[in-house]
Amino acid sequence: MNYNYKYNLGLKNIFIVIALFLCQLDYNRAQAEMLNTKGFTLAARSDRSDRGFSDSEVEMTMILRNSAGKQASRTLRFTTLEIPDESIGDKSLILFRTPKDIEGTALLSHAKMLDPDDQWLYLPALKRIKRISSRNKSGPFVGSEFAFEDFTASELNKFRYTYIREEPCEELVCDVIERIPLYENSGYQKQIAWVDNSTYQLRKIQFYDRKGSFLKQLILEDYRLYNQKYWRPHRLKMKNMQTNKSSDLVYGQYKFKVGLIGSDFVKGRLSKLR
Amino acid sequence: MQLISYTQIFRLFLIWMLFVAPLSNAAIDNPLDISGNISLQLRGFTQDALWLDQNTSDAEFSFSSELEIRWRSNDNNQRISFIPFARWDENDKKRSHFDLREAFWAYQSEDIEILLGVNKVFWGVTESAHIIDIINQTDLVESIDQEDKLGQPMLSLAFQKDWGLLDLYLLPYFRERNFSGKNGRFRGQYAINFDNAKYQSSRKRKNLDFAIRYSHFFGGVDLGIYYFDGTSRDPRGVIEAGNSDLVLHYDQIEQIGFDIQYTRSSWLWKLESFYRDGYRDAIFGSVAGLEYTFYQVFNGTSDIGVLLEYQYDDRSSREIATTADNDIFVGSRWTSNNMNDGSFLAGIIVDKKTSESFYSVEAKTRLSENLSLALEVKIMTNSQIGETSFTQSHDDYIELQINHFF
Repeated sequence: MNYNYKYNLGLKNIFIVIALFLCQLDYNRAQAEMLNTKGFTLAARSDRSDRGFSDSEVEMTMILRNSAGKQASRTLRFTTLEIPDESIGDKSLILFRTPKDIEGTALLSHAKMLDPDDQWLYLPALKRIKRISSRNKSGPFVGSEFAFEDFTASELNKFRYTYIREEPCEELVCDVIERIPLYENSGYQKQIAWVDNSTYQLRKIQFYDRKGSFLKQLILEDYRLYNQKYWRPHRLKMKNMQTNKSSDLVYGQYKFKVGLIGSDFVKGRLSKLR
Repeated sequence: MQLISYTQIFRLFLIWMLFVAPLSNAAIDNPLDISGNISLQLRGFTQDALWLDQNTSDAEFSFSSELEIRWRSNDNNQRISFIPFARWDENDKKRSHFDLREAFWAYQSEDIEILLGVNKVFWGVTESAHIIDIINQTDLVESIDQEDKLGQPMLSLAFQKDWGLLDLYLLPYFRERNFSGKNGRFRGQYAINFDNAKYQSSRKRKNLDFAIRYSHFFGGVDLGIYYFDGTSRDPRGVIEAGNSDLVLHYDQIEQIGFDIQYTRSSWLWKLESFYRDGYRDAIFGSVAGLEYTFYQVFNGTSDIGVLLEYQYDDRSSREIATTADNDIFVGSRWTSNNMNDGSFLAGIIVDKKTSESFYSVEAKTRLSENLSLALEVKIMTNSQIGETSFTQSHDDYIELQINHFF
């Protein structure tokens, strides 16, 4: 009797605990879903604020600094063709101007969402167009602290988002969003992004490596408005927190709607850029 | 002969620049883009020369320069390129040479481009040999790796469509291959008769060669296929009765060729082949291989690629045209991805039958914004008497080159 009673009580307790646990789980899930939805909504708002730019062209200088303070620079032209379909990535073309020994080298990328991007490299000395593996997402881009994926992975659907909090950033207020890469071979476990809530632009990103350690921090500055609609940062400062190396990207004036079309972003055009 | 026709091309080009271009609405209000390089090259040979008349020096100093002048119209539709190249070599008169690498005018409208003048075109995917690359003649005195090419006069049309790229080439003037002179290294047993090349075509150098190529990509597969009808870029060397020097014969050929690469994850799978009909029996050649890259090795920034290729050619390697008849290439490429873009490529090609081996090392790094340094080592072992390559078996070398860019 006693035994049964105890047993019944025990069973009831277990049921209650399970029920409470399930409720909690459900609540947590609902909470998580809400945070995910909010995170995605904010990221989408940021991404879509940029819609309709069609195509752009900009000259930029990249300054590399090692931990001893030694500097080197590269100058390049970056052209982008917007693909309106959010399930397909944009097309981009990078043409190197300096250092002079790699002048004319060009990199063409057709970004995908979760599949590997299509990439071709043009080597001017041989006039050779070479399809290259895009597996190397986390590798350094031309010796800088920027990885390949930092250039091509700004697409909305390449990440899963979670809203974290709201906090002041400089003179603005930012939503802090965690984003986890969904594409393969990323060098990051996660990224924490600060997006301001007045113009919806990225202000800061912290990158965490595959082990979850703080790896790099990117500051995006000097935003300028083009055509009353498109914001572009003109200084990107990337710092590697583990090696103390840093790389800055300084942009010139953007040109929008310069009339670029799909056939400007095909491999056959790489030998005709200069 | 050659110089005269080049002067003519240059004159036409000047006339175009001075008179025709300013008349079009896209006048020269865009500045010329001028750049180039000057290179000093020092080669050290590890053995004495094999043949009579070859210079006895163990070291060879050489100097080269390339000037690149480019212009593009405001509307982006027209472009001009003018790239003269010259080398001076201390020992070999024939290695001292001048060439127009590019001298063309091109007009582009939407998806069609027309190009008139001298240009360079590369086809192929493999690393150890470029057997299907046929538009340009090899500038063999530049390097024995056959990657340097002479400028080719052409009229070309390119159609860039959704279904791919179609290129048409009319090649009205043939360029003879450059060979070392009788004093130079990298020559054969017999001195070459440079003034008396024989052509199968009655129009000789002025035979109108023709090529058409289609190329595109389908997912991870990049594909190119072409047809060529004209003068073979590979000469046959013939010793004529009563003569001691080698006369070069240029045959008329028809050739189809293709290159295909499948790119997936860290793998590149490559195949290129040609089938040539012309002199004697038809011949077939192929290079197949793969490349695998380990990215960010040892938790650093550098990459290491591993290359493996098999070369096959119907012709025996006793012919002047090829040594890549039944050979295996194994190589490795190290890319530093650092500030100076340092890189290192080492490889060995082994003939499966004769086990003749050819070792190659290439390394380069940037010294400053305008200065770069390159090192090259080529060594041949197990060379068999009677094989083409034997004639150059005493030409192992170490080369140091410093390039100044402007």
